[in-house]
Amino acid sequence: MSTATIDVHEAPAGSHVNYLNAKYGVKSWLLTTDHKRIALLYLVSITLMFFVGGFFAVLMRLHLIEPQGALVQPETYNKLFTMHGVIMVFFFLVPSIPATLGNFLVPMMIGARDLAFPKLNLLSWYIYVIGACFTLYAVISGGVDTGWTFYTPYSSSFSHTSVIPTALGVFITGFSSILTGLNFVVTIHKMRAPGLTWFRLPLFIWAIYATSIIFILGTPVIAITLFLLGLERLLHIGIFDPAIGGDPILFQHLFWFYSHPAVYIMILPGMGVMSELVTCFSRKKIFGYSFVAFSSLSIAIISFLVWGHHMFVTGQSIYAGLIFSVLSFMVAIPSAVKVFNWTATLYKGSISYDAPMLYALGFIGLFTMGGLTGLFLASLATDVHLNGTYFIVAHFHYIMVGGAVMAYLGGIHFWWPKITGRLYPDGWARFAALVIFVGFNLTFFPQFMLGYLGMPRRFAVYPAEFQVLNVMSSAGASILGIGYLIPLIYLTWSMRYGPAAGPNPWGAKGLEWTTPSPPPTENFEEIPVVTEDAYDYAHSTVTRV
Amino acid sequence: MIGSLQFGWDFLCFAAIQAPQLRPEAASSIAEGVDHLYFALTFITLFFTFVIFSTILFFMVKYRRRAENERPPDTGEHLGLELAWTIIPTLICAGLFVWASSLYFENSRPPSASTEIFVIGKQWMWHIQHPEGVREINELHVPLGVPVKLTMTSEDVIHDFYIPAFRVKKDVLPGRYTSLWFQATKIGTYHLFCAQYCGADHAEMLGWVYVMSPADYEAWLAGGSTSQSMQQAGEAIFNKLGCASCHLSDGTGRGPSLVGIYGKEETLKSGDKRVVDEAFIRQAIVNPNSVVLAKYPAIMPTFQGQVTEEQVLQLVAYVKSLASEERKTDAK
Repeated sequence: MSTATIDVHEAPAGSHVNYLNAKYGVKSWLLTTDHKRIALLYLVSITLMFFVGGFFAVLMRLHLIEPQGALVQPETYNKLFTMHGVIMVFFFLVPSIPATLGNFLVPMMIGARDLAFPKLNLLSWYIYVIGACFTLYAVISGGVDTGWTFYTPYSSSFSHTSVIPTALGVFITGFSSILTGLNFVVTIHKMRAPGLTWFRLPLFIWAIYATSIIFILGTPVIAITLFLLGLERLLHIGIFDPAIGGDPILFQHLFWFYSHPAVYIMILPGMGVMSELVTCFSRKKIFGYSFVAFSSLSIAIISFLVWGHHMFVTGQSIYAGLIFSVLSFMVAIPSAVKVFNWTATLYKGSISYDAPMLYALGFIGLFTMGGLTGLFLASLATDVHLNGTYFIVAHFHYIMVGGAVMAYLGGIHFWWPKITGRLYPDGWARFAALVIFVGFNLTFFPQFMLGYLGMPRRFAVYPAEFQVLNVMSSAGASILGIGYLIPLIYLTWSMRYGPAAGPNPWGAKGLEWTTPSPPPTENFEEIPVVTEDAYDYAHSTVTRV
Repeated sequence: MIGSLQFGWDFLCFAAIQAPQLRPEAASSIAEGVDHLYFALTFITLFFTFVIFSTILFFMVKYRRRAENERPPDTGEHLGLELAWTIIPTLICAGLFVWASSLYFENSRPPSASTEIFVIGKQWMWHIQHPEGVREINELHVPLGVPVKLTMTSEDVIHDFYIPAFRVKKDVLPGRYTSLWFQATKIGTYHLFCAQYCGADHAEMLGWVYVMSPADYEAWLAGGSTSQSMQQAGEAIFNKLGCASCHLSDGTGRGPSLVGIYGKEETLKSGDKRVVDEAFIRQAIVNPNSVVLAKYPAIMPTFQGQVTEEQVLQLVAYVKSLASEERKTDAK
């Protein structure tokens, strides 16, 4: 892909001066402006948040083994699902791929030495950490019980828990998203290497670009919404309180105007990762490059027009319902186009079964299920029955966990040798992918059935007839939890004990694989000049090194 | 077209519908229709998941890497395929949209001859009142085969009235009326859930719906009817609060006569025209200055805080009864 050649093949990896060993000490990390180091700062922070949020989920599933609740009081259960949602959505999924892999890869993939605004990038991380501290403070100070959706007037006038610290944490963290998005957009526009035209960009960059647009346009709306919620709670200004002329439904409109596009903040980067994985492990150019690229943009645009499908049963007018329904069907099409193109990319390829590819396959299967079950909810007549039940829970976990988290793990496994300069044990990685896939399906498939049978979500206790499916789900959750711990262990292990990785252990195309692993602080000795399309495996001699 | 589509699915759905534990009991006039759509969607989901996943597995085996130096040639782009897999899903989605929306449209409109029952949600119980005056808590008795329209409001947070066996659900909002309707088709006892998280005991805000034969229902109503009807209760509040001193029935009072006002279109001071329905009457009681009729002075005080949501509903029932009295007079 580039003309830059770097002779590192003989040198033992890790011995050269790179971004990890260029400087030492806590200060060199906390004051770094290197996008790669900031990516690692994010990686550590969001991993911590992921396991905190996951711990809450495990407690919830344990509690639900018995219909009358096996573990905690209903008040505590309500706090568990709220904190699980808040932490997973705002502090793990939203920043996950953009802030870690995006931070690391955007400059490397476009042949730049850093993001456009390195100091702003560091500021984004600090803002994230401050926001996370507020939310974790809320956990410690008694928790919050409004659900991650903060619906008024419950959140504004009735809940006696730490709503304001939590909302403030989410509010603050939003600025980190906005700044990251801004940084990516400017970088992608202004800092591409010579010859790297828009249609030669890796599709990961297109996906991150589409995500950044949502970051910039959507996040201010959730900031405004939560700000108003805080004002309402503190001063009773009456925007959402019907007792003084306000409208609680207005909150839902504002909330979902951000939070539906936010679903695509979470899944679009995962789709970008998928395009990288599928091409590399089938050694094929992506099938239908421009269709995949433009589907990302059309998803980003349409995603702003579908928020009302969360509100079909709020008493919203029938005609508004019809419009939101048709738009929701429309947003499914570009996602389907992507799945078909990934599948077609495999055709006549040279497919290997490395661990990242297994995660990619898991993604396609689970995302397809998640996407298709979305049709049940875009369909007005079935949504009336399914809204607010476990069907919704299952559907968005297939997208958010089966899709986004699978892609994130696939991406982490794919770029791990580049990021750390170390290889992880491939057998364990494949085993973990399998455990996660099985555990995930066992956890969430029964929830589709529970939903249609009529079990509402957010139930601390439930009628006994739902117990069998709940126990299945809880059993799956324990497998899933173990599945997530395995990579944590072997990836951590590999940082110290893993064999050194060469510059390109997968034989992948892309500028990031032309530099040593780990890359030097300046990424490229010389800025590369790009003369070919992305994923041009057919005409290349790149091999695993 | 919808009918024939549904007929086609009937066959495919037969096995699924017969299987126990895949759907809740179907006990309302709309349940079967919703279930058909649901099973159609399930088949589409399983079909496409199967096609995509088996294609991938097939490719993975057939095109597995046999030698590390393999360089498969480009298969290029294919506009025809791209269009095909854009247009075909679009058509499927369009079909589903039409099917689901027409079903929803039918299911959204209560027949005009519905029996009305009133629901008030509050943390964490359901208050139900029949027009005849019978009150229930966390229980709803309804007659078989008769369309029932629920008019609902909340005293505190947002709740959601959900009867899985009827496939109906609607949010219950503070400060506003929402409604849903159903026609029960099977005698029995069914779950009633709150499907919108509403605080500590959200999961305990549940009850039972009893579907009874119309004769049993009448007997049940008569047995429980120790109090006044809603209309009578409303009339008593109307007189107690002194409403009648301004709202004279002959129209000569300082406020408009309420006889026959229900269901009419009235012009407001702002020039807007609005039909006088339940929501309008509620607004006129709790926030009168927002709905002052043209030709009348804005002098009515608010009654917010002086009347409960239940009493508002009784007042609404009374005002509605004045409309039917007028109709009776007209008929004579």
